[in-house]
Amino acid sequence: MSITIVYTIATLSVIGTSAAVILFFVAQKFKVHEDPRIDEVEEALPSANCGGCGYAGCRAFAEACVKAETLSDLNCPVGGNETMNDVASLLGLEAVKKDPRVAYIRCNGTCDNRPKTSNFDGATTCAISASVYSGESDCEYGCLGHGDCVNSCEFDAIDLRAEMGVPLILDDKCVACGACVEACPKNLIELRKKFPKNRKIVVSCMNEAKGGVARKACSVACIGCGKCEKECKFDAITIKNNLAFIDSDKCKLCRKCVSVCPTNAITELNFPPRKIKVEDKKECSTT
Amino acid sequence: MLKTFKLGGVHPTENKLSADKKIEELPIPKTVFIPVAQHIGAPATPVVKRGDEVKVGQIIAKSSSFVSTNIHSSVSGKVKKVDFSADSSGYSKQGVFIDVAGDEWLEEINRSEELVKDFDLEGRQIVQKIQESGIVGLGGATFPTHVKLVPPKGMKAEMLLINGVECEPYLTSDHRLMLEKPDEILVGTQILMKAMNVEKAAIGIENNKTDAIKLLSEKVKNYKGISVVALKVQYPQGGEKQLINAVTGKEVPSGGLPIAVGAVVSNVGTAFAVYEAIQKNKPLFERVVTITGKGLEKPSNFLTRVGTPTTDLVEAAGGLPENTGKVISGGPMMGRAVASLNIPVTKGTSGILLMQKEESQRKESISCIRCGRCATTCPMGLEPFLLMTLGEKQIFDRAEEEKVMDCIECGSCSYTCPSNRPLLDYIRYGKGKVGQIIRSRKK
Repeated sequence: MSITIVYTIATLSVIGTSAAVILFFVAQKFKVHEDPRIDEVEEALPSANCGGCGYAGCRAFAEACVKAETLSDLNCPVGGNETMNDVASLLGLEAVKKDPRVAYIRCNGTCDNRPKTSNFDGATTCAISASVYSGESDCEYGCLGHGDCVNSCEFDAIDLRAEMGVPLILDDKCVACGACVEACPKNLIELRKKFPKNRKIVVSCMNEAKGGVARKACSVACIGCGKCEKECKFDAITIKNNLAFIDSDKCKLCRKCVSVCPTNAITELNFPPRKIKVEDKKECSTT
Repeated sequence: MLKTFKLGGVHPTENKLSADKKIEELPIPKTVFIPVAQHIGAPATPVVKRGDEVKVGQIIAKSSSFVSTNIHSSVSGKVKKVDFSADSSGYSKQGVFIDVAGDEWLEEINRSEELVKDFDLEGRQIVQKIQESGIVGLGGATFPTHVKLVPPKGMKAEMLLINGVECEPYLTSDHRLMLEKPDEILVGTQILMKAMNVEKAAIGIENNKTDAIKLLSEKVKNYKGISVVALKVQYPQGGEKQLINAVTGKEVPSGGLPIAVGAVVSNVGTAFAVYEAIQKNKPLFERVVTITGKGLEKPSNFLTRVGTPTTDLVEAAGGLPENTGKVISGGPMMGRAVASLNIPVTKGTSGILLMQKEESQRKESISCIRCGRCATTCPMGLEPFLLMTLGEKQIFDRAEEEKVMDCIECGSCSYTCPSNRPLLDYIRYGKGKVGQIIRSRKK
């Protein structure tokens, strides 16, 4: 009886030892050399795996950072400059400072501004709606309001605002990963420079139709009149295809374009209320 | 036992309200908007400009490539502008606006009603004439006819099928045409046979049009090589592949064209247009349009000039009924709801259907109960419930493997679904995306 136990233990020990030896050599032979810095960099990243950097997740981005010679083309929009500084110090490279960005939906076609002329009762996604027809209003460029951008956002940064007809991007939550830019079938969403206090001056319209047609469809449509382009001292505004565009990298937030726009297509956001001009006051008091 | 296609299909209520209404000529509209893209393929290029005087039948936009076709003026008058305007999808498309003055036709067009039977053109000349006359498939798909008539290298057509099925509920334009212009259709068929160099042709007609079957069966005795095949009523028999299967028993391989089994399919309307183009020198600028709907005062079949605003049709049929829920261009199964009534009639408009509110509204969609009805009704043998999920979840590589590109968008799956799921919406979306992927791969 006892001899059986001895044999069993002996046999198992021999099998175990030989397996260990084989495994040892196999491990030597097929060893994958991985830069330990990849793990470190990955640790420093936000682990959101959103793909906003252009890579398939944080791990892939970390690998790219370690391989790269400069960090000028690499940017983690979620972590921003802080994270990129950490990554740079880990790798002994220089971080390139980048302006933080924020997404903005370039359509202000809410129910009040843009009357509905038809009803869509198909599957409620923007992609399907856009492939079938132009939308519920007469504006064929505007927001469809079914919320493909809301569904694409991993950070809960978009509010559908079903009652308004156009979603709203919550600037404090938005990390500018660009998922919504891809999701919007009408290409309405733009990543713009983020200004202090979330201030913005934006042409909230993408309608490229001629002025009359655009205006008929929506009361706050850009008609491409070009007044803002003339007013802007910083060459930030360009008109193309009957549509004005404000380059956020050139814009200085002077707000002059807002007051000349005849259709209120240019929106100013998060500014303090305007002061009444002193001259106007004088006129009032004298008359 | 009547013939029909092998797989699936449904039988919706026929509602052919205008089947006994003679084709009437619609009064010429005051202005027309003629889009330059009324066909599958490259849009034509406008060759007129503001202020030009045009006559009926004059070319106003020239085809820019082989898979494209000419656009002719349907009215006489002055070109108001060449501009963009919304088409049935609501998106702006280029087109020519013409202010109508009188009704002056080009002199070479023979306007007599007299039947001309004989023709002595060669096959190639016929194809060229068809190309010049702007003829496209009038069943609704608007594929340029001359492209079909020239088979790809290594393939040969053996048989011509004329599609008189009209399986869509409500529509009656083809039915009326068969009753009123049978000889013209048969001569047109012979011209097409000559162009393709085939000896055999069959006209497929569903058994709910017994009068047309009887009349054409009588008439074909005078024409060599043409036969009439009566078919069991089953939607979507008017689909090319289904018609071929029903008449010949052959199956078009997945991803293949009908020519792969030696068949070419043309609509009866197309055959009539070919007759007019070859024998009467008349290009395609008008077609029979059914205007119908349960609430409508006078459901009718109108011979309508291309570019006529839909409102004119609705007015001629007694005005827009009060409880209209949807206006559909085409039939209720495959047609598309339009965003506005200001859109023009085009070469592909087989009918305008005014659906009542209660009839048109979609019912609330609930979860899939795995009954499998969509799979049994799919005439292409696909699994719509799976394709819908793949479209919804955006798994396009798998959708391609599951042959989403074979879907003919007939809507039998959505029609039959007891949970009212929007199957076709998602399948069509997936099909579009897979199509894009395939095209980008080819580049």
